[in-house]
Order: sequence, then C-alpha cells, then structure tokens
Amino acid sequence: MPKVHYLNASYGLKSWLLTTDHKRIALLYLASVTFFFFIGGLFATMIRIHLLTPGGFLVSPETYNKLFTMHGVTMVFFFLIPSIPAIIGNFLIPIMIGAKDLAFPKLNLLSWYIYIIGGCFVLYSFSTGGLDTGWTFYTPLSSIYSNSAVTPAVIGVFINGFSSILTGLNFLVTIHTMRAPGMTWFRLPLFVWAHYATSIIFVLGTPVIAITLLLAGLERMFHLGFFNPAMGGDPILFQHLFWFYSHPAVYIMILPAMGVISEIIPTFARRPIFGYSFIAGSSIAIAVIGFLVWAHHMFLTGESVYAALAFSLMSYLVAIPSAVKVFNWTSTLYKGSISYDTPMLYALGFIGLFLVGGLTGLFLACLGLDIHLHDTYFVVAHFHYIMVGGAVMGYVGGLHFWWPKITGRMYPEFLARIAAVVLFVGFNLTFFPQFVLGYLGMPRRYHSYPPEFQALNVMSTAGASILALGYLLPMVYLVWSLKYGAIAGPNPWPATGLEWKTASPPPTENFDVTPVVDWEPYDFEHRPDLALEPGIGGLLPAHGDD
Amino acid sequence: MHRTGELYGQFETLEQQKDTAQLGMWIFLVTEVLFFGGMFLTYTINRHAFSAAFGIGGNTLDLRLGGLNTVILIMSSLTMAMAVWAAQVGKKKRVTGFLIATLILGGAFLGVKAIEYKQKYDHHLIPGSTFNVTYCVNNPSSCGLAGKQLEDERREIEEAIKAEENENPGSGLIALNAHAQLYFSLYFAMTGLHALHMVIGAGLLLWLIAQSFGGRFGPGYNTPVEVTGLYWHFVDIVWIYLFPLLYLIDRHN
Repeated sequence: MPKVHYLNASYGLKSWLLTTDHKRIALLYLASVTFFFFIGGLFATMIRIHLLTPGGFLVSPETYNKLFTMHGVTMVFFFLIPSIPAIIGNFLIPIMIGAKDLAFPKLNLLSWYIYIIGGCFVLYSFSTGGLDTGWTFYTPLSSIYSNSAVTPAVIGVFINGFSSILTGLNFLVTIHTMRAPGMTWFRLPLFVWAHYATSIIFVLGTPVIAITLLLAGLERMFHLGFFNPAMGGDPILFQHLFWFYSHPAVYIMILPAMGVISEIIPTFARRPIFGYSFIAGSSIAIAVIGFLVWAHHMFLTGESVYAALAFSLMSYLVAIPSAVKVFNWTSTLYKGSISYDTPMLYALGFIGLFLVGGLTGLFLACLGLDIHLHDTYFVVAHFHYIMVGGAVMGYVGGLHFWWPKITGRMYPEFLARIAAVVLFVGFNLTFFPQFVLGYLGMPRRYHSYPPEFQALNVMSTAGASILALGYLLPMVYLVWSLKYGAIAGPNPWPATGLEWKTASPPPTENFDVTPVVDWEPYDFEHRPDLALEPGIGGLLPAHGDD
Repeated sequence: MHRTGELYGQFETLEQQKDTAQLGMWIFLVTEVLFFGGMFLTYTINRHAFSAAFGIGGNTLDLRLGGLNTVILIMSSLTMAMAVWAAQVGKKKRVTGFLIATLILGGAFLGVKAIEYKQKYDHHLIPGSTFNVTYCVNNPSSCGLAGKQLEDERREIEEAIKAEENENPGSGLIALNAHAQLYFSLYFAMTGLHALHMVIGAGLLLWLIAQSFGGRFGPGYNTPVEVTGLYWHFVDIVWIYLFPLLYLIDRHN
C-alpha cells in the first residue's frame, strides 16, 4: 500500500466533514446510505413478518400502511437513487476520466449535506408517527385526508431532490470538461456513459418532482387546492407530474447498475466488451425514451385510450435498448475465459434477474393485461426484480469490484462468493412467489389476505430472512477486511480502466501526473501489463486471499 | 483542492475553469426551466379549465405596478449585462457601479411586489378562510372602486358566476370563489418562487459587489460576474413569461 493516500492524508473529524475530496465524500455517502438501507430494511422485515398469517399478526392496519410507506420512501429516495451514483460514481468518475476531482468539489460536499438534511426531515416524520400515503404521495390523500406526519416527509424528499440535481449537474459538467488528454468520448468507460445518462435524468426529472411536492406540501400546509378536486384542483395532474419524474427515476436506479455490469463482465471474461458504442448509446436511449412512458402507471386512473395506447407503445420501446445491453453482455461472455469471482457472480445474477424484471415489465405495459395485474403483487415483484435484483445486485457487485481500490484491501473471496449465492437464492425465494400471488389476484398494500395465499406468503417471508442474511454477511466481512484483508495492489483483477493505473487507495489528487490515454477501452489484447499468468486461465493473479 | 491565484486545483487552465463554470450554470438553468415548468403547466391547465374565474383573478391585478416591474427588471438585465461588459474590457470601477445599480433595481422590483401583495391582502384575495372574490364589489370604498369601474367589475363577476353555474348549477358563487382561489394560490406560488429567486440573486450580487471593490474582476478573471449574469437574466425571463400569463390574458379594463 502507498504510504500516503486519500484516507490518511489528513486526520480528524473536521478533515472528513469539510472535505472536498470526491473519494471522501463518496465514503460519507457510503456510511449514510447504508444507514438508510438498514432503516428501510427494518420496515421491510416487519412487513414480511406481519404477512406470515392471513390476518396479519404484528401490527394494526394503520401501522401496516405506515410501514410500507416508510419502507418505500426510505429505499427509493434515500437508498436506491443515491446508492451507485453518489457512492461508486462519486468515487470513480473523476479517476476513470483522469481528473483530479469533480468539476465542483464544494458543490459535491453540499450535495451530501443536503441529503443529510433531507434525511433528517424524513427521520423526524418517522419518529413522530410516520406517514401512510404510500411512497407516491398521491393527492388528495397526502394533502388533505391523511392524519399522519406527511409534511416533514414531503419537505425531506423535496430537499433531498436538490442533492440529486447537484450531483447530476456535477457529473455532466465533469464528464464534459474534465477528461484527461486522449480520453475521448468513445474511450470513456461504459460506467461513465451510464452515469452521463443517469445525470440527464437527475437534471431534467428531479426539478419536476421538486415543484410537484412543493405544491402538494403548500396545499397541505395552507389548505390550497392545486390537486384537491373539492376546490377545483386536479389529482390526476399530480399523478402525471409525479410519474414524469418517478418513472425516469427507475432508470436512475438501474442505469448506474448497468454501468457497473458493463465494467465487471469484460474484466472477468478477459474480452473487450462486445458492441461498445451500442451499450453507450443504449444508456442514452433509455434515458430519453424513459421520459416518454410515465403515464403507463396511470392506465387505470383515468386517461384517454389514445394516450394509453401511445404510452403503452413507448413503454415497449424501452425494451429495445435494454435488450441491446443484455445481448451485448452475453456476447462478451461468448468464448471468453470466464472466472467466477464475486463481482462476476453478481454480474451474472444481475443479467438473469434483470431479464425477469424487464420482461415482466412488458406484461404491465400491455394495456389489457395491466387491468388484471395493476396494483397487485405482480407489480411489487416486477419492480423489486428491477430495483433489488437489478440495482442492488449491481451496487453490491460494484462495491466488491472496487473495494480493493477504495480501501486498498481485498475482501475474503470465499465468504463473498457464499454471500452472493445466498443473496441470489434469498432474493428469488422472496420475490418470485409474489409474481404468482399477484397473478392470482392478491392486491398490494393490504394488511391481510385470504387464507389460500398463505403458503406463498410464508415462502416469501422465508426468502426475506435468507436475503437479510445475504446483506448482513458482506456488512461483516467488508468491515473485517478493512483491517485484516490482504493488500490488494493497484490492479488486482487485473482490469483496464484508468482507476486501476493509480495506487490503491489512490492519492488525494488521484494521479501523481495527469495520465495521457492512448489505448482503447477494454482492450485486453494489446495491454501486456494485463496479461494473466499462463495456465491459470482467468483466475486471479496471486494476491494472497485464498 | 489548493488554489493558485484564481485557478482552483482541479483545473489545468483558467479557460477550462471558465468553461466549466459556464456549463454548470447553463445546466442549472435547464433544471430551473423544468422546476418552473411544472408550475406553468399546472397554471395553464387550470386556466383552461376555469377561464372565467381566472379571468376575474387576472383582472384584479394592478397592470400599472406589474408593467412598472417589467420595465424595472428589463433595466436590471441591461445593467447586469453592462457589468459583465465592464469586467471584460477592464473598467473595474464601473463593474461595481453596474452591479450596485442592478442590486437597486432588483430591490425596487421586490418593493413593488410587496406593495402588490399588501393590496391583495387588503382586498381579501389571500387564499384561505378570509378569501372573498366579491369583497371589492361589496365594499367598493375600501378598494377605491367607484363609478363606471365599479359597474364593470360587478358585471364581470355576475357573468363569471353565470359561467360557473353551467358546471355547478345553484352554486356559481361558491365555485367562482373556489376557482378564483386556485388562481391566487398559483399567483402567489409562482410570483413567490420568482421573488425567492430574486432574493437569491440579490445575495449573489452582494457577494460580487464586495469582491469587486478590490478590483478583482477584469479581463483576466470575470467568471463569477458572467455566471451570475446568466442566472440574473434567467430570473428576468421567468418574469417575462409570468407577466403576460398572470396579468395580460383576457384583460379587458
């Protein structure tokens, strides 16, 4: 390990809380996002325990409403959206493009503080009784009728939006103006392309939910009528504005994960990525088309058949760039010398789970079928396959892949592989039964259900407990590895990106001298420095972890 | 990151630093367009749905004060542009002068806006339990209404009630009051948010003025002035849209 790096360049609480180093800010995010993940996970655990019996035995119906609302608000706004961009993206984007920092380092720190302030408001709402509107804050329930702590939660999510906006802005500007000499657009790692697309959504989508929540919050605080039908306002308008952001927000969650997968697959298949420009372009296509599909959430809440037809069609179109990615990843694997290190296990898991999540999305985009499936557990299962099976798999996989870069130490490979398998099994056991439940007609957001659904619900709860174990394991061994992990060296896999050319952990300025890029991305063939030892065939070079 | 002169450590050259700041501000303005856009959409849809009530609402606004404010803001954009120009050509003292002029004009705008808000308060046009769209025609003396003007207003309100009766038989006045309240909710949200942006702009101007006294901004380094200028012009443009939307549509007095 280098003597001086970003972690030990300065000491003391102040050197962290006032840092403008993107790598340290990434770690601030890592700590706070993990905190919110466990809050959200706690609510999920209580939901699953409650649903063990048809009548529900843990909490009252009112509390149940609050549990799934708080689970959704926490996980969507305070875990999924910031997870990969604000942690892994923040850490890596400047290094991957050969820059010393993001374009606006102080703004980056401000984003984190805004996130914390927003989070405090939401925690205040939770601790003063919580809210029961669903994470969607539909009016007039949220603005007039709900007797729960909606106002602080709305304020918290509103404030948190500016954290997203500033992060997206920072990434866009950085990618445009901070690239090292020779780092042309088509030499950018696909992880950076994915974050470019994500940032477009951050910047164009988030302001719309900010103003929508502001209007809904004003409506609640001052009894105004923007979205209240009793006063002439239009609740459907709220839904349009809400989903104009919140559908693209799904792509905020999945696109960065796709970026992670695009880095992991070529590294552990030892092949250049297949169809680089198509994967890069499909990220942008998903971001753009993603803005034109929002009303597919509203097929049953009132819109003209022609609008529904158009939104259905556009929703189908998103499948094309998504499929482009999956086909290119699998083509990269073809004839590769594949090794099943932990990040690769997550990447392969991602492809399978994303495929299920994506294809069931087409069921829901289908106008006729959606009438049957709308607001059932089928929808719940579908988006958890995308968000947990996709986004979280990508996040945990990426965390493992870049853990040696972030900390300078390897995680214990054997335990990590076991955790990856446990997560995969636990996830499927939790959420696959929910597809069946939804298809059979069990509505979402209900605190009780008919007895014939019990077997599938018990399966789901059993899966959730395995899933919880799968999340706790990495928590334990990653912390353990901080002290006891093997020294990683600058490029343990080895992989091709610029981030692997600097020390692990990197110095505060990222590179001792500004790098000049004269190679193509993912080019394993013409990089003698990346050759594996003969005979090992894709297994890790010795870094002493097994 | 260390700073060498005006160059921050993450950049290689001053030119790169300037490009970065400008691109950052442009992207920020794009987010602002969408931020205001959500509200403009809400306004437009409701204006279309309740044109009679929104017409009444728009008619109560003071065209002279609104017009005066439009002129003030356009003037302030001019002085802001002059400040940027003065910095670019190196007339360092004039930078301060133009920035102060811009700040004064911005303050004047907010002052006029406060007078308008006060008027709405006196006329019972603040959304809430005291809201009463017919207050002025019922108490003409406290609103300074008399003669033909009062007759016109009465007639308009009666016509609007009739129009509301088509949708809400028997409760035209209640509906008119609710929908006019919607107009004023949007009026205060839109102009309030715009005013908040003005206040932030004034804060930025103060920060620039403090630095410009030392002659910091010249041909070599003027990025903060330029970037604040972009923001200021944007806030002006928002008003250029707000003014016709709120004051001018369906105006007939």
